[in-house]
Amino acid sequence: MTAPLIALEQTESYVAGAYLVFVALLLIYVAIMAAKLQRIQREIRTLAELEEQTGRPSTAGQASRRQSREVEAVRGEARR
Amino acid sequence: MRTPSLRALAVAAVVTLLGGYALAFFYAPIEAEGFIQKIFYLHVPLAIVALLGFMVAAVHAIRHLRTRDPVHDARSYVSIHLSVIFAVGALLTGALWAKGQWGVWWEWREPTLVSFLIVFLLYATYYPLRYAVEDRDRQARYASVFAITAGAFVPLNFLAVRLAEPFIHPRTFSSTGGLPAEMLLAFLVCLAGMVLLWVSLVGFELGSKRASADLSRLRTALGGGG
Repeated sequence: MTAPLIALEQTESYVAGAYLVFVALLLIYVAIMAAKLQRIQREIRTLAELEEQTGRPSTAGQASRRQSREVEAVRGEARR
Repeated sequence: MRTPSLRALAVAAVVTLLGGYALAFFYAPIEAEGFIQKIFYLHVPLAIVALLGFMVAAVHAIRHLRTRDPVHDARSYVSIHLSVIFAVGALLTGALWAKGQWGVWWEWREPTLVSFLIVFLLYATYYPLRYAVEDRDRQARYASVFAITAGAFVPLNFLAVRLAEPFIHPRTFSSTGGLPAEMLLAFLVCLAGMVLLWVSLVGFELGSKRASADLSRLRTALGGGG
């Protein structure tokens, strides 16, 4: 009676192990991607602050506006 | 045509996978192989999606060589990246199944296992090959040629394995009779969930790559202007 019980427990541990491997792989991947996105968001904030500090003169107004639009676009992308 | 949002895809993937595994554990019967067979609902979809992903990468690589649009190169790269991760999952879950079923982690005499390992190792060389080339255009071109060549190898390899005499590895679909209806339903839902998961993760990683590229352009623009 004990032997089949042990066999079943071993089988269950292999099944549980396989599903845990899948979940672990998924979590590691998501964690790496989340860290990457956080770094991008941090850099966007830094660039946005830098852009505000530089305060473009009127001759560079167009370029500044374009960059602002790009900052907003990247911010939107990161938020999504 | 409007493409579904990444969030909707991710939700669909989670719901389908949860539904599929609920069916696999609570609806599909336990066959002669025993409870260990439940790994099949995870291992086989992972392997199928990994192989399909390699072929999708080849299609994007062909598009890249035809149009020289870097978007297709990025799609090909991300498809291979995700498929390699899925292949790692298939190899690990397969090893656990083999240990539970055959008593060994690996069986070198089984063509299914060895051929999958060969495909995996082939794609593992994609990264050193790609990053060995410094020029971006040449890098993308060479990577596309690799993706097409290796992608063509995948169905050929699959066919060769089907034609070969199996040693001990079971066949999921064979001409001598397939799965019982309950098991087939659970398997197909799990497969659909895995496909959705792969597509969601590809979208997620492509979005991150796009944001990274935009950021780099922005940094250059601000640095050059200020």
